[in-house]
Amino acid sequence: MNHIAPGARAGIYHYDEIDRRFVAERVEQFRKQVDRRLSGELTEEEFKPIRLMNGLYLQLHAYMLRIAVPYGVMSATQLRKLSEIGRVYDKGYGHFTTRQNLQYNWIKLEDTPAILNALAEVDMHALQTSGNCVRNVTTDPFVGAAKDEVVDGRVYAEILRQWTTMHPEFTYLPRKFKIAISGAASDRAAVRIHDVGLLARRNDQGEAGFSFYVGGGLGRSPFVGKLVRDWVAEEDFLAYLEAILRVYNQYGRRDNIYKARIKILVHELGLETFTAEVEEEFARLRGPKYRLDKGIVEGIRHHFAPPPFEELPDHSEALERAKASDPAFANWLAVNVAEHKAPGYAIATISLKPAGGIPGDATCDQMDLVADLAERYSFGELRVTHVQNLVLAHVKKDELYDLWKQLDAAELGSANAGLIGDIIACPGLDYCALANARSIPLAQAISARFADPVRQRTIGELGIKISGCINACGHHHVGAIGILGVDKKGTEYYQITVGGDATLTTAIGDILGPSVTETEAVDAIEAIVDVYLANRSDEGERFVDTLRRVGHAPFKERIYAAD
Amino acid sequence: MSAKDRSKEGSMKAITANRLRDGDVVFLGEGGRWVESFAEAALFARSDADAVLAAAKEKAEREQFGVDIYAFEVTEENGVPVPATMRERIRTAGPTVRTDLGKQAA
Repeated sequence: MNHIAPGARAGIYHYDEIDRRFVAERVEQFRKQVDRRLSGELTEEEFKPIRLMNGLYLQLHAYMLRIAVPYGVMSATQLRKLSEIGRVYDKGYGHFTTRQNLQYNWIKLEDTPAILNALAEVDMHALQTSGNCVRNVTTDPFVGAAKDEVVDGRVYAEILRQWTTMHPEFTYLPRKFKIAISGAASDRAAVRIHDVGLLARRNDQGEAGFSFYVGGGLGRSPFVGKLVRDWVAEEDFLAYLEAILRVYNQYGRRDNIYKARIKILVHELGLETFTAEVEEEFARLRGPKYRLDKGIVEGIRHHFAPPPFEELPDHSEALERAKASDPAFANWLAVNVAEHKAPGYAIATISLKPAGGIPGDATCDQMDLVADLAERYSFGELRVTHVQNLVLAHVKKDELYDLWKQLDAAELGSANAGLIGDIIACPGLDYCALANARSIPLAQAISARFADPVRQRTIGELGIKISGCINACGHHHVGAIGILGVDKKGTEYYQITVGGDATLTTAIGDILGPSVTETEAVDAIEAIVDVYLANRSDEGERFVDTLRRVGHAPFKERIYAAD
Repeated sequence: MSAKDRSKEGSMKAITANRLRDGDVVFLGEGGRWVESFAEAALFARSDADAVLAAAKEKAEREQFGVDIYAFEVTEENGVPVPATMRERIRTAGPTVRTDLGKQAA
């Protein structure tokens, strides 16, 4: 294996020899396991859990390999490697997911060891992207850059990555376990729909600590995470999480896959009993062995030191001139660019949602371009968002126009972050073996219907999220408008929910009425938008706020009036 | 009996798998060989399908050829056998959103 030092970047965790050796050993293990499967030494029953532990699923058309992008942050070098793998071993593209990972859809089992070896060259792998373990920890895609950030979530997400990898207690949990961390005033990580959601804060002394929300999740039984403890000091971070996982391991159901997630345990025990169990376990664990050492935290924080920002004025004349001369750029600037903590810099969201496009898909050419742009404009690093977009987190305001022109030329310049065209959609029945209905065609039809960027801005913040089955990989429960694909005697129907919210005011959407056909669904979404525009108190009132004020009745009336 | 003739009997089934080494969708053809195209798939009466499926599973595992083997419903449209469900139509052709990929692209 040729190692290519992808870590020589600001903001990227640098593997040490232990990390590197571990990943290399796992690749070799899997190579032998694949050989044994192909030779018949291992049956499919024996092999399936092994391949899943290495991120390899069997989907409708081929194997699907899910690559971990720890907390959604990677280097330009790593993205180039993903592009290279997509070209050599897949069909020239990849799909960015709601867990900030990347999936290839056309993988051959016999190629997988070589792919994992190629990933290991750039300190990447597919571990913990499947199976009943702690999955890739997600965080704010603006981490380390956002103006409203209080605590850098990467530090603690990396601590969790190291702590959970091969942790013997967490390798065979009752079910998969998802953790998200947010360290900013705005929740951009959908914290309360996770098994454990962590809000990192600082106390009056400036010390970092965490609010622990437990038992959130979507799927068949959606729940909003409940506050189990408001303040856990940094030194107790691992002890408290371990206590939660131990209680889950002990009491979580293993007899029924649909009742095995921690959300069901919290619901069935009740918050008070569950919390008491966790606190009791925490009291037992608390002590030197589980204390998170400040030296370790600082050592990891060092990896995420800020890049060498130039001292710049916050105001950019070049930016103002470009804004005045190019309305399309001005629109993108208003919609896709966020405030940065360093003067003269900005955070740019690269939309993977062109009108009529497939949400989250990027061609290998696009990946190469983004890698180049990350190097040129953002210190060689980028992020994947849980909304299936990419982010260049540290762009000089002076250079935003140059960046956007290059993105736009490659169909990556859509101005729709957070707007109605910024649709989350799972792969659905076009790829997924679990799906009941297609998601992507509906996302394409809706984004095409609302392609006009001026119309999108007029509508304002309105997230549509689409899932092709009740497993809810498209997060439909927390979409301002959610769409769930169902199969009715061989025909695809779509159930519409409204009022979902994935931010700190997390809410599960309500079903609006009977499900509709694919064609009707696009018209129904437009009708919902029309009713919202007709009823909102002013241009600043968001869709979810209008809905809360006027209720469901006017929306139902418009959609189901003819029934 | 050809696939077309058998499908006329109604309520037919075909048997499918994913090829172990590359995951490609395959179908059980005439004479027990696996084929890549649904057009070459053998069709079985419902009453025969279970026994054929069991034998195909046993053989595929023994030969390390296919995984996730099952039977699916086949119907007839304009005189041509087609999978009854959207899921199987997508498997036989490829993603509806990428007609340049999968078997439909060949």
